[in-house]
Amino acid sequence: MTKAEILEKLSEIFHEVFDDDGIVLTPETSADHISEWDSFNHIHIIVAVEARFGVKFQVAEVTALKNVGDLVTLISARLAA
Amino acid sequence: MLSWLPAKPDLSELIGAISKNPEASFEAIAALAGYRQDFLQTNRIDRVLRKRFSAPPAAWTSQPVRLAILGSSTLEQLPPGIRVAGLRRQLWVETFTGDYGLYRQDLEDEASALHGFEPNAILFVFDAASFFGAGDVLLSRQEARAQVEQAVVKITDLWEKAGRLCKGPVIQQTFLLDPLPIIGHNDYRLAGSLPSLVRAANEMLREISGEHGVDLLAIDELSARYGLEAWHDPALWHHAKQLISPVATPAYGDHVVRLLGARLGRSAKCLVLDLDNTLWGGIIGDDGLAGIQLGQGSGQGEAFVAFQRYIHSLSRRGIILAVCSKNDEANALAPFEKHPDMVLKREDIACFVANWQDKASNIRHIAKTLNIGLDSLVFADDNPFERELVRRELPMVSVPELPADPSGYGRCLCDAGYFEAATVTSDDLQRTRQYQDNQAREALLHSSSDVSGYLRSLQMKLIWAPFNDIGRQRVVQLVNKTNQFNLTTCRFGEADYDNYRAEKGSLTLQLRLQDSLGDNGIIAVIVARPEDDRPDVLRIHTWLMSCRVLGRQVEEATLNLLSEQALRQGAYRLIGDYRPTEKNAMVSSHYERLGFSRLGGETEARTEWLLDLKSYAPRETFIEIIEEGP
Repeated sequence: MTKAEILEKLSEIFHEVFDDDGIVLTPETSADHISEWDSFNHIHIIVAVEARFGVKFQVAEVTALKNVGDLVTLISARLAA
Repeated sequence: MLSWLPAKPDLSELIGAISKNPEASFEAIAALAGYRQDFLQTNRIDRVLRKRFSAPPAAWTSQPVRLAILGSSTLEQLPPGIRVAGLRRQLWVETFTGDYGLYRQDLEDEASALHGFEPNAILFVFDAASFFGAGDVLLSRQEARAQVEQAVVKITDLWEKAGRLCKGPVIQQTFLLDPLPIIGHNDYRLAGSLPSLVRAANEMLREISGEHGVDLLAIDELSARYGLEAWHDPALWHHAKQLISPVATPAYGDHVVRLLGARLGRSAKCLVLDLDNTLWGGIIGDDGLAGIQLGQGSGQGEAFVAFQRYIHSLSRRGIILAVCSKNDEANALAPFEKHPDMVLKREDIACFVANWQDKASNIRHIAKTLNIGLDSLVFADDNPFERELVRRELPMVSVPELPADPSGYGRCLCDAGYFEAATVTSDDLQRTRQYQDNQAREALLHSSSDVSGYLRSLQMKLIWAPFNDIGRQRVVQLVNKTNQFNLTTCRFGEADYDNYRAEKGSLTLQLRLQDSLGDNGIIAVIVARPEDDRPDVLRIHTWLMSCRVLGRQVEEATLNLLSEQALRQGAYRLIGDYRPTEKNAMVSSHYERLGFSRLGGETEARTEWLLDLKSYAPRETFIEIIEEGP
């Protein structure tokens, strides 16, 4: 799966988590850009990514994420492993 | 974990569309709850619901539930799954989640937000550590016992406080078995290990909850069923103090709501059963008593016996059983009366309906006869067509998505939890008999089911080909096993197949039915041969059809196709004969129904029918006829 495809699938997850199909993700998107992106929804995003991509993250990896680009890189690395 | 619900591949798109549609009805949103879903989908359905509606529709007669969830960990992830499960089971649920760890103060403080919420149901969710810390492996048996008792006293004290605050159900979640064993398999020998303390506490809760009028949410049993990881993620526990993982919340909610429903009289009361391939393997009308799979001798046969045993136990504890089968009644009854391996007997069935009408009408009739609401019925049928028909016509009837393999039927029905009960009363144990005694066997009433709307929605395609190499085996198999929908019961083999195929002037058809639910495979066979070498008259030597597709206008579409093909090769008349056998009474008026006129010269062994194709107007159907590509 290319990074662009990951970003697309990730967008669907964000649309569902925030019930907003208008969200457009870029690698730079972070919690500062989406007002409802609080720690509670952050967990939902991570758990949904794990379930829908079939991967599992370490707590430390999740804590270190700064933006969507980091998340895409992390997913990509897991899928390649 | 919601495996009893039908899957809908485009559910996310559907939810998105309804979310964007400000006119979406309550029913449209509630229908979303009926599909298998993950927590993101559940959460989104919940969001849409609460944005649009603040109260249930007037038709929902149950009092709204005001559920307070109190516990020692993060609880915010739980409400959407509970509320959406409420939609599924027609319970409107408002929720309150306490701040974690503050449940005792909240219960005692009359000025608390909890008291302000005025709950009429309370759910307690505790983790083991908050009562037992890490455990203490050095505790003696007596000391360990004392710790468990102390914990349970604390809990019963909370139950009493909860009982004073709310009149409705109090539910206690048992302790999850996530603590790690210290010595292994025989950990129970170490009374102070955390797993031992937790097990002992769960056991004690089981002993005393009944006398306190409290119902248990047996999360320990559920984690044995689905695996601990399905409910609990240690990373999320450490990271966010979530005892129940968000992934599990749709199923968790369903379990909470079925417990609430059991106390509020919303559990199902009656199980309506299909027969062929549901209670036994095969088709009784075609395969006969000796041919159906039931009992020792095959894995399939044993699986059906196991399913019947489970149903029998349900019946003995008060679930009413009914039968709804497309069959001649005499055929349908035969296994109940004569098959030695049948666990269920005729007297176990409070209402027995076997005919050729659509199942939605028959289920209405069953509800009326038994004088119970349609929402008290569960309908178990192996056939996806019948399940979809009933879901569509009677959305209030619960229809589990039985797996393809009968060995999974019982588990599916059990997982669905339609019959959840808090207690079993002596009334329950008498119920089946009462229904049998009261049963009035009135004639079936014709109903006003919107079957044609359903048929239209199925987008059926009848795909035809003349006999060819690929179809040989399947056609010959059908010809030799179809007994019911078979006008002449002419059996033939592969050599005959090739002869008819090559014969000059003969018309052979193999028909496959596809619809939006899938491909039904080859379901009908026609062989028509020139009468006395006259190319303008065709006699229908074989017309047979699988009973699975009965009531779907396949007969009409087949005749349209047959007449078109006959005309094309210069035949102007069709002659059909019906040759009665013990099993094909259902097609005795087949030709009459299709507009053929009776010819003289009949004998006991056959009636003859004629159709003049020059004056034949094709029947209107919802089936598109397509010639199979080469």
